[in-house]
Amino acid sequence: MKNKVAAALGGVPWWLVLLIGLGVISVGTALADASYRVIFGAVAKGFGVTMTVAVVSYAASLFLGLALGLARASRLRPLREASTFYIELVRGLPMLVILYYIAFVGAPALAGALNALMSPLIRLGAMEPFQSRSFSFATRAVLALTLGYAAFIAEIFRAGIESVDRGQVEAAYALGMSHSQATFRIVLPQAVRNVLPALANEFVAIIKDSALVSVLGVQDITQIGKVYAASTFKFFETYNVVAFFYLCLTVSLSMLVRALERRLGREARR
Amino acid sequence: MSAFIRIRDAVKTFGSPGKGARPGEVVRALDGVTLDVDRGEVVLVIGPSGSGKSTLLRAVNRLERLDSGEIWIGEDSVTARRADLRRIREDAGMVFQSFNLFAHLSILENVSLAPRLVRKTPAARARDEAAALLDRVGLSDKLDRLPRQLSGGQQQRAAIARALAMSPKALLFDEPTSALDPEMIKEVLDVMTGLADEGMTMMVVSHEMGFARAAADRVVFMDRGKIVEQGSPDRIFTEPKEERTRDFIRHIL
Repeated sequence: MKNKVAAALGGVPWWLVLLIGLGVISVGTALADASYRVIFGAVAKGFGVTMTVAVVSYAASLFLGLALGLARASRLRPLREASTFYIELVRGLPMLVILYYIAFVGAPALAGALNALMSPLIRLGAMEPFQSRSFSFATRAVLALTLGYAAFIAEIFRAGIESVDRGQVEAAYALGMSHSQATFRIVLPQAVRNVLPALANEFVAIIKDSALVSVLGVQDITQIGKVYAASTFKFFETYNVVAFFYLCLTVSLSMLVRALERRLGREARR
Repeated sequence: MSAFIRIRDAVKTFGSPGKGARPGEVVRALDGVTLDVDRGEVVLVIGPSGSGKSTLLRAVNRLERLDSGEIWIGEDSVTARRADLRRIREDAGMVFQSFNLFAHLSILENVSLAPRLVRKTPAARARDEAAALLDRVGLSDKLDRLPRQLSGGQQQRAAIARALAMSPKALLFDEPTSALDPEMIKEVLDVMTGLADEGMTMMVVSHEMGFARAAADRVVFMDRGKIVEQGSPDRIFTEPKEERTRDFIRHIL
């Protein structure tokens, strides 16, 4: 009898129980306390910006990361070297530095480059010259997160490509398939399936790192919370609410990733 | 008429860190191999591990590139710099020791994919032809299964059907039964014997004596990258001339 209880208690995911308890207490307090309701309302306005920054950056970095990952696993040495150079460079920088760099060095440089490219049209008066401020800080933030996360995602794709058994490629070649047919029809589908959980984890990570865009004044959850707390001195309550928003997103997504991992694991054993 | 597969002075070395090489050591996997396989002939290649028999087979459809020497399949050079790899690989299908079925595709898709991609066969026709081939190897009830849901013997039979889907003129078998449990070996050998009876040109790396006696026209014994001795299965197995062949036959019988 005692053992049964112990076994039942041992199977409970206590971390989750604690987290849900914390969530319930937070919501309860918020409903009971008028000032919490106000803070909730204020911070919620940043939710859309946080999600937009995260989703757009993630989608773009998936494409760029796939291209870099394929280049990294390519047979062509120049492609491999260029991709490795980029990945090592970007992974060696703090995300915050990448953000500042793109915002204050990259954006003016991009404007200059576009102006040089379009100079005939600009001279004719057919279009206005670009200026740094043509790119909003939200755009620059998305660009920076994309360039940064593409490096991590490229490494995930490369690991996925390398995890596919060499025999699969040989069998494709032996049937007369070309290198690109073997890559896109045989290797990539298996590689992506193998790294699906790792890719999903990067989305959780990018949601958290999207808070960095607050340093550029982009009105995301963190920035709104920061400004609100500074003007009302309600630091405790405000950051509680900010943390609550992030945890709702990240914990639920992490649980989806776990479910996905379990499902893929079951399929692999079938 | 000249032979269908012609191999002349094939040399292939693996430097470290290649197959089984110690640092700095160069292994001559193929050390001047010359071999002809006629149309419709079934040649069994035997030899101790590391003798170069798999390398020889893989060189025939250029999964391995030779250091020197030449190979032709029919009129097509395999070893020329600008060889038509697609054509060579359509002509010589390959069956692997570890099956190498595409893990993410159903058995039917495994067989129909290459005809669709490489030959641009319409999807419906590729499907029908694949189903017919799978029926022929006794897998008509497994079309929608994934490879991992099949036994080893069933997977290897599906792999043979996949190779046949490109209507090859020759088939290369690289230890097709070595990864199989004993009770599954026969079902694969039966399919292979059937193909041999129908006149398929075959090069088989295998130590299956039963298959050798039932289907092989010639047995080639290789050791250390060279062909030591060749002849009819009966002669090689019962009265080998060379000392090394005798030693080897004694060990596998």
